[in-house]
Amino acid sequence: MNFMNTFRLALRALSRNKMRSALTMLGIIIGVGAVIAVVSIGQGAQYLVQQGIQAMGTNAVYIAAGSGRPGGVRMGYGGVKTLTVDDMNATVQGIPLIQDAAPAVNARDQVVYENQNWNTSITGTSPVYFKIRNWSIQEGSVFSDQEVDLAANVCVIGTTVAKILFVGQNPVGKTIRIGNLPFRVDGVLESKGQNVMGQDQDDAIFAPYTTVQRKIVGITWLQYIMASAISQQASVAAVGPITSLLRERHRIRSGEDNDFFVRTQSDIAELANQTQSVMTMLLGGIASVSLLVGGIGIMNIMLVSVTERTREIGVRMAVGATESDVQRQFLVEAVTLSMMGGAIGILVGLISSAIISNLLSWPTIISGKAILAAAIFSGAVGIFFGYYPARKAAKLDPMEALRYE
Amino acid sequence: MPDQNATPPENRSPLAGSTPLIHLESIYKTYDLGEIQVQALRGITLEVREGEFVAVMGPSGSGKSTVMNILGCLDRPTKGRYFLEGIDVSHMSKVELARIRNRKLGFVFQQFNLLSRTSALENVELPTVYAGIGPEERSRRAMESLTRVGLADRAGHHPSQLSGGQQQRVAIARALVNRPSILLADEPTGNLDSRTSVEIMEILQTLNDEQGLTIVMVTHEQDISEYTKRTIEFRDGKVRRDSMVQKRLIARDVLKTLPTAEEQAAEDAEENARTETVSGVDAKP
Repeated sequence: MNFMNTFRLALRALSRNKMRSALTMLGIIIGVGAVIAVVSIGQGAQYLVQQGIQAMGTNAVYIAAGSGRPGGVRMGYGGVKTLTVDDMNATVQGIPLIQDAAPAVNARDQVVYENQNWNTSITGTSPVYFKIRNWSIQEGSVFSDQEVDLAANVCVIGTTVAKILFVGQNPVGKTIRIGNLPFRVDGVLESKGQNVMGQDQDDAIFAPYTTVQRKIVGITWLQYIMASAISQQASVAAVGPITSLLRERHRIRSGEDNDFFVRTQSDIAELANQTQSVMTMLLGGIASVSLLVGGIGIMNIMLVSVTERTREIGVRMAVGATESDVQRQFLVEAVTLSMMGGAIGILVGLISSAIISNLLSWPTIISGKAILAAAIFSGAVGIFFGYYPARKAAKLDPMEALRYE
Repeated sequence: MPDQNATPPENRSPLAGSTPLIHLESIYKTYDLGEIQVQALRGITLEVREGEFVAVMGPSGSGKSTVMNILGCLDRPTKGRYFLEGIDVSHMSKVELARIRNRKLGFVFQQFNLLSRTSALENVELPTVYAGIGPEERSRRAMESLTRVGLADRAGHHPSQLSGGQQQRVAIARALVNRPSILLADEPTGNLDSRTSVEIMEILQTLNDEQGLTIVMVTHEQDISEYTKRTIEFRDGKVRRDSMVQKRLIARDVLKTLPTAEEQAAEDAEENARTETVSGVDAKP
């Protein structure tokens, strides 16, 4: 008995109990549908993260003050005072792979304009920071390098801050108060939305680092340096030279820990990617449990079917069906059931991810690999859970099967 | 030992030669039911030659079903040898036995055993499917087989749309489709009324007389066995009697004496009418 015959026979047997076949397939449909939807949503999220990271500039190298251990007490990141502007200048001058670098000092303070006030983060930096981060100005301009040298009270604000403090007015040229100091608003940054970690990047104020260091925080060191390499590869290649340069400058003996750390955008991208894939795999794993349950449903129905059709099996054997003919018949039936469920499930998954994409305006990425895996997996479920019932059918004794009531 | 008259010369096909179609050689069959062992067959030796029409008779528990299962290659003897067309099949593998059932044997059952929700034609096709015959040849042969039992016009009907007699004819057509050497019938008339039973016997007699098909039939009805040529009676797992049918009934002639279904219906109606009139008369004061 060839395969086409067996397949046609299976379709016929399944169509005899349409409701039962449909309900049995439901388990597989839900399983496959959920896996496809979850994976496509997860990959959409991954894409979003990648986009966000691209927006931060793929060549970026991030040098942050690390944890020192003065007298054995560990300080935590940003806790050491050794990272300076001189380190930054030495890095740019001494390492050809590094193109630009901007210092950064963070503060948090209350900001006031007329009767509005707001608490936000203030980053002290230099104009090149915006170039490295690929940020542009929406209105007005960025403060100048001279203003940085002079530690002038000027700033650039994000759109969230602009909206809250100025409520529709044009902020450029106006004076706001940060803490107790008046600052002139030179420009408004283009809206960047949320970053990878879900923070509002527009809820920020940028001022010359000198001003923030001396007048707001009262320190002489930096919290981090945002550098950019000449290319993405160079950013990774620059990690080694930067590390040895800074170790030398900070007089760290071999065997001692760094008091800073260097991260490239690729590292961050990889980390974010990993987090996302773990999430996707986890959700996909949970979804595939329902595939397993669907498989058990198939096994259950196939066992019922074998019992119900004992006489049919007896007749088939009497007219010349061999054990393997009978086994194949029931196995193909189970696989047809699960594969059809898989096909419908793929469709359901595609439709539901399209709906989710539309409703939540969240990009979903349909992965060919996920579809292929779902198809193969549903086939495998059919074979795995169909094998036992088929074996049971094949092992029936024709004599007893014919006598079965 | 069955007597030498078991295969009288007039029942031998001229082509059969010296090899009998079926040759059982001291067959024993013991069923192991755990604590007790049931000896179903205790040394059966018999021969069936080509062109014979044999009725296997005996009370339940006599071993007639067991011997049919062995003849049908559905079961293997515990001891002894079974030669089918001169080939020892008693120790063949399951796959080989399936092949023998498919090519050499045709089965007819008491319960018809047709696949429900499957057309008569497809039911008849079933053995050809397992013989690996192509779809066109399959339906051609099935149609031919249905024509032989006079049901060509019902090819598309499902078993539920057919009468018991018609279902049994479909089953016979199915048994014939692979052109077997032997037709094995297990109480083929057991579920049929007397007229339909005779109709089935007519088909079997025609197949036997005109086409030389060898038939072995289990029955417990004495009158049905009278349509065959030879009866073998079993008792306690042994052959008790093996004899030729002396006055063989011819189904075609018997049918002429029986009322047809319509006549029977008309007669019944008349009967009812008469009793009603009678009771009507009685009811009058």
